[in-house]
Amino acid sequence: MSDRILMQGNDAIARGMVEAGCAVAASYPGTPASEILSSVDRWRKKCGATMHVEWAVNEKVALEIAYTAAITGLRAAVSMKQVGLNVASDPLLSAAYLGVTGGFLVVSADDPGPHSSQTEQDSRLLAMMAKVPVLDPASPSQAMALAGTGFDLSEAFGVPVMLRPTTRVCHASQDVDAPPFRPPVREARFVKDPARWAATPVYRRLLHDRLAEKIAAIAGWPATAPVRVTPDGSPAKAVVASGVAFSHARELFGELGMPGGIALYQVIQPYPLHAAFIEHLLETYEEILVLEESAPVIEMQIADRRRVRGRMTGAVPGTGELLPEIIAPILSRFAGLPEPVGALAAQGGGRRPTLCPGCAHRSSFYAIRKAAPDGIYPSDIGCYTLGINLGAVDTVLCMGAAVSQAAGFDYAHRLSGKQVDIVATIGDSTFYHAGIPPLIDAVVQGARFVLVILDNGTTAMTGNQPTPGTGIGAGGETTAAVDMEGLVRACGVRFCRTANPDRLPEFIALLKEALVHARERGVAVVIARQPCAMVAFAASGKTPGAIVITEECNGCRHCVDRFECPSLVFDEATNRVRIDEMTCTGCGVCVSVCPAGAIRRESAGEERS
Amino acid sequence: MSADLGRSPLPRQQVVLSGVGGQGILFLSRLLAEAAIAGGLPVLTSETHGMAQRGGVVVSHLKVGGFDSPLVRAGRADLLLALKEENVALHREFLADGGALIVNAPGPTDAGPGVRAHAVDADALALSAGAPHAVNLVLLGFALARIGGGTAGGLFCTEGEIREAISRRHGGGGSRLADALSALDLGIAHGT
Repeated sequence: MSDRILMQGNDAIARGMVEAGCAVAASYPGTPASEILSSVDRWRKKCGATMHVEWAVNEKVALEIAYTAAITGLRAAVSMKQVGLNVASDPLLSAAYLGVTGGFLVVSADDPGPHSSQTEQDSRLLAMMAKVPVLDPASPSQAMALAGTGFDLSEAFGVPVMLRPTTRVCHASQDVDAPPFRPPVREARFVKDPARWAATPVYRRLLHDRLAEKIAAIAGWPATAPVRVTPDGSPAKAVVASGVAFSHARELFGELGMPGGIALYQVIQPYPLHAAFIEHLLETYEEILVLEESAPVIEMQIADRRRVRGRMTGAVPGTGELLPEIIAPILSRFAGLPEPVGALAAQGGGRRPTLCPGCAHRSSFYAIRKAAPDGIYPSDIGCYTLGINLGAVDTVLCMGAAVSQAAGFDYAHRLSGKQVDIVATIGDSTFYHAGIPPLIDAVVQGARFVLVILDNGTTAMTGNQPTPGTGIGAGGETTAAVDMEGLVRACGVRFCRTANPDRLPEFIALLKEALVHARERGVAVVIARQPCAMVAFAASGKTPGAIVITEECNGCRHCVDRFECPSLVFDEATNRVRIDEMTCTGCGVCVSVCPAGAIRRESAGEERS
Repeated sequence: MSADLGRSPLPRQQVVLSGVGGQGILFLSRLLAEAAIAGGLPVLTSETHGMAQRGGVVVSHLKVGGFDSPLVRAGRADLLLALKEENVALHREFLADGGALIVNAPGPTDAGPGVRAHAVDADALALSAGAPHAVNLVLLGFALARIGGGTAGGLFCTEGEIREAISRRHGGGGSRLADALSALDLGIAHGT
């Protein structure tokens, strides 16, 4: 009992990796996968393993680093969120052909819903496309076990293996047995074989044949075969489920009183689905219901379309998360039971997310709207996407697209003989991840826009992981740091200035200067540098009571509508604004926002700078 | 975990914790989960992370005593701990008939029929104690006093087990432990 601890799914995956002897782990943060790598580092320290653990500049680089370790015979893993897998898909598809000698685990966390993502895409489809096997854990404890199974599978067949948890596994926590362990140690040894590791198209064709053979064999691998969890009964109907949808279904089987004749199977390896299992299903059951997130990956591999129900037939909704409330009536209908009564619990609504009190991004957005009131504002992925609340975010596409979209807007309007002010925003971590190639492109093409790099010195949205500019590694160790200004200038940008956005009047003036440069001479970059409020106020503490609203407040709402700090609350009863002392950091930026001068600093406290 | 012969069935409880980012919902659900594990009970929780944490609605599900799914279904929660009064309308549907609502609100909250509702102005209490970050523990203390702990109809664990869980969290003791325990006591005093 003493070894049972509460473990988050991501922590469990990390433990499973380290326990299995993973020697190289790389990642780029993204919800819901972010905690995996920091957890790997904690387990590494705990068991004293020798590992290379890094926050890579992006997912493609992370995958390539881990993959390369796996062709030297070491075990290696890369973790990311599902849209990160898009970025890493190029090396993944090629790595499947070339294969590995040490175990290689690709953890791609999906986000059905989506809760914190641009898409609810299914990484298992990309695994199918790449022809790599994929494992689908139903709980944190199973995710931990499957990390080890994944390495074994990878080495048994010499292929990369994907572990695909979803948000409800990554961010579920569970009591898990965690006794002390000592991971196995190996030595790196790269055996040259250019026909394989540097294969030309002729060899690639042969490698593709070999990969197809491996996938056929993996469809018979016993360790990942589907499991029947209900006792034998009259073989009329079967429910086949994977991931957390299986966990919901298993609990509902008891709760709804599903008839004994209906079988419940858990699929652990959705691709390739075990051939004997498909045969058994079609030989045994008249009707088969498939519950899986998010795409019909298992469903499409069960060949007899007349007997299969699921996402493709409309028996299960074609999009969205499979919550227990959604699964319950589907199961009841399938079993011929009366539909359970009960409302769907609220999934949305309520207070919308907003930038934190004291967040310097708020200042940047306020200043951008002041400096370029009629501008177009492309933005990017991060906390600052919430600048949409401030009317200062017009587009968000994917990592790095703020820069290319800013250029695209200029070229499109130029064709129509128009010049518009374009002010793009991108975070420091996102800039390093995917903002540099489009900046080079924009300089070469002579694009006219202002790029504001919101440099808060951290990857804030995902839990404050370090960026290449911080000089801090995944384990808190000192690393080299990139000089952002030097990098921007090296891309060919002639106007590059750094300022603190919380000094609003000066920052607005700087943006206006940058806009003049952009209109006449091309790309201008303004680096808005101020530490993340989550980090700054955790260190220095808040100053409650520092800011007060005077009698001069006339209820114009300018501060709540245009500055939108959660600590500024409009009181309908008094028709005036008040300070929420529970959340106010005392940063005092709002003092210069009020047109009536009604927001004042109470004490002689220092302005945050 | 196999059930020991002759042992009474595990207590089962489903709790929903609701608030907004920054209120310490995650801390509270982990604290309760650790209290469950210390009491030998299996536990599953489900948390909100990412963009939603930035001041938006945050909800945690906690299922104690042998469940498979990490999510609480509508109409199944024994207890709803609401750190924001405005969230009661959003998450009221989780409560089972006869379930208890503990809400951080300045006045009585109407949660409709079939719900035992208890309100306390935890914001004001925490602020007056100079600990605005401890609203979560004030509300938990109030809940323990109002519905009890380790008894039928109450929280699955006792006040003593919560204290032990808090002590384990702040292993070094010191002022953080003392502050956390005094926030819990503040809530207990106002619920008694």
